[in-house]
Order: sequence, then C-alpha cells, then structure tokens
Amino acid sequence: MSPTDSDSDHNKELLCFVLRLGDSTLIASQRLAEWAGIAPTLEEDIAFANVALDLLGQARHLLSYASQLEGKGQSEDDLAFLRDVNQFYNYTIVEIPNGDFAQTCAKMYLFTTFLMLLWDHIARGADQELKAIAQKSINETKYHIEHFGGWLIRLGNGTTYSADRLKEAFEYTWPYVSEFFSPDPCISRLAPTIEIDLAVVQNLWLEEISPTFLAAKLPTIEISRFISNGKIGLHSEHLGHILAEMQFLQRAYPGGRW
Amino acid sequence: MREIYLTTAVNMSGKDQDKVAMSELFEVFVRSSNGLEHRHVGSLHAYDAEMALHHARDVYVRRSEGVSIWVVPSRCITASDPDRASSLFEPMSDKDFRYPTYYHLPERVKNL
Repeated sequence: MSPTDSDSDHNKELLCFVLRLGDSTLIASQRLAEWAGIAPTLEEDIAFANVALDLLGQARHLLSYASQLEGKGQSEDDLAFLRDVNQFYNYTIVEIPNGDFAQTCAKMYLFTTFLMLLWDHIARGADQELKAIAQKSINETKYHIEHFGGWLIRLGNGTTYSADRLKEAFEYTWPYVSEFFSPDPCISRLAPTIEIDLAVVQNLWLEEISPTFLAAKLPTIEISRFISNGKIGLHSEHLGHILAEMQFLQRAYPGGRW
Repeated sequence: MREIYLTTAVNMSGKDQDKVAMSELFEVFVRSSNGLEHRHVGSLHAYDAEMALHHARDVYVRRSEGVSIWVVPSRCITASDPDRASSLFEPMSDKDFRYPTYYHLPERVKNL
C-alpha cells in the first residue's frame, strides 16, 4: 500500500468519526430546539435554547471539518441539509423523541456525559483541528452536564410523582446507551492519532454518572443487550421526521439564502 | 405539554402536594469586571439558588457581560416604602450644611 493510500484510508476513518460527532451534536441540537417556546418556564426555555445553540456551534465546526476531510466540495450546509437518513451517523439516543421534561433531561445527561469523555480523549489526541474543537467544547459540555444533572437530582428528590416520572424516563432512554460502547471499527481505527478504548470509556462513564444517579435516587441498571445502530447509519423511525422538518427549506428552495 | 401539568395535581397524594416546590423570585447582580462592584441587572424565577445561578448565566451574561454573578432571593431584600419617600428623602434637600459648600480650601492645597 502506498503512503497516499494509507493517508486516504486514515482520512476515511477520521471522516467517519467526525461525521458521527457532527451529526450527533446537530441532531441533539435540533431535538432540543423543539422545546423553544414550550419549556416549563421562560428561564428554562432560554437555558435549553442556549444548550441547543452550543451544540449547533459544535456541529458547525465538526461538519465543516468533515467537508474538508471529504474533499468533495460539499459544504457544512450541504452535509446538514442534503444527506438522507442512512447517511447520518449520529448516536440513536439523540434522535429519540423528547418525551416529557424528565426524558429530555435524562437523554441529554446520558449523551453529554459520554460526549465529555470523547472530548477528553480527542483533546489528548494528535489531530490538531479536532483537538481545537474539543478544547473549545469542553467548557460548554461541562455546563450542559451540570444543568441536566442538576435537574435529575431535583426531579429524583422532588415528589414521589416526579421521581416516578424520572424513573420512567430512564427506562425509556437507558437502552440507547449501549450503542456508545458497542464494537466500533470507526473508533478503533483512529489509533494512533486518537486513542479511544471503549471498554475504558464505559468504565469511566459509569463512574462519572454514578454520583448523580445516587443523588437522584436512580437505580443502577446493567447496560442493556439491545444495541441501537444509528452510528452506522441504521436509524430509528424518528430521524426521518427530524430531517423532514430540518431540511425542508433547503430541499424546497435549493441554495436559498436569507 | 399542558395535559402533563394538569394531571400532575390529580395524581399526587396530599403529602406530595405539600412538597411541590414553588418557584421563587431571585434578584441578579453581575460584576462586569474585576475591581468593579456587582450591579443589579434584573430578576428571574428559579426553584433554588443553584438553578437561579444557572438561569442568570443563561439570561444575563450571554455576551460575556460579567465575571461574577450574585443571586439573592428577592424576599431577603427589605425595601423602602415608596409611599414614605417624602419623609425618607425630602428632608435632605434643604440641609446645605451637609454639603461642603462653606468649606474653604487652604491655599497650600493644590491637588484636591
């Protein structure tokens, strides 16, 4: 294999990972933005919108890096607005419905704690572009974890009713975390540029969430055997609906600017 | 969403209903840079102080307006009564001896 072949192979692996992150943050942002205008309080409305905008900012950096890696002249907007369901590589958990407030907080907590560990690994890696994105995002993600984690603790310690609703939220969202740690050629081939051992990450993640689970009076559950596959492009029925809404304008008025 | 909040009250036992936290009003103070004082910027609703800080950060320092935030439950502030303004503030206006009007500066003092 010539050096250029291995270079382009490496680019392909990196592209797969960058798209994964870009799509996950983009879809998480789009979902969270659905709360705008209907969150329980005005203050929470603004808080959710802020988090959604942070995630959108991260997605923009990641997708524009992806378009650069891909080198086919597709812009970040083309990647966001012109790909179809099976070309998105986000983790399934970010596309599942928001449900009630508890369910949104639950899935966002599970996702952002995992994302934080990815940023940590990327920041220690050798890819300068991705490293810069990670370093910028770490502070944002830290705040998101605090915000959603804080709500889990409040809901878990509120009334028996709020604690029950929170438990239900976890029963619904928890099965989707196994996808974070399932075998992942895209991540394992990143080494040595970025070293991510998913078995290690899983332990770190369980350690990270356990104090919050304890404080929120949530039982620790085993990682489920059900594995969703959004990260390889096999999505739940929900992503199509998200894209329909998100992509409508660019599809109906190609190249439209405003 | 609306149904959710309506059913909340129906599904709760009496004991739980007592526990439902009511949101509280907080006053927000922001220090715009080190060395300056905290200034009142507005108020917001939150269920506890920690949440009030989060909301204050989201609502009032979105464009890096500050380096430090204080939140204070509004109920902790004792305010003067606007109806008593005449007795509280007006007596000051005709007491010119409280101003340095009649103080003569010694000639030797040049840089005051």
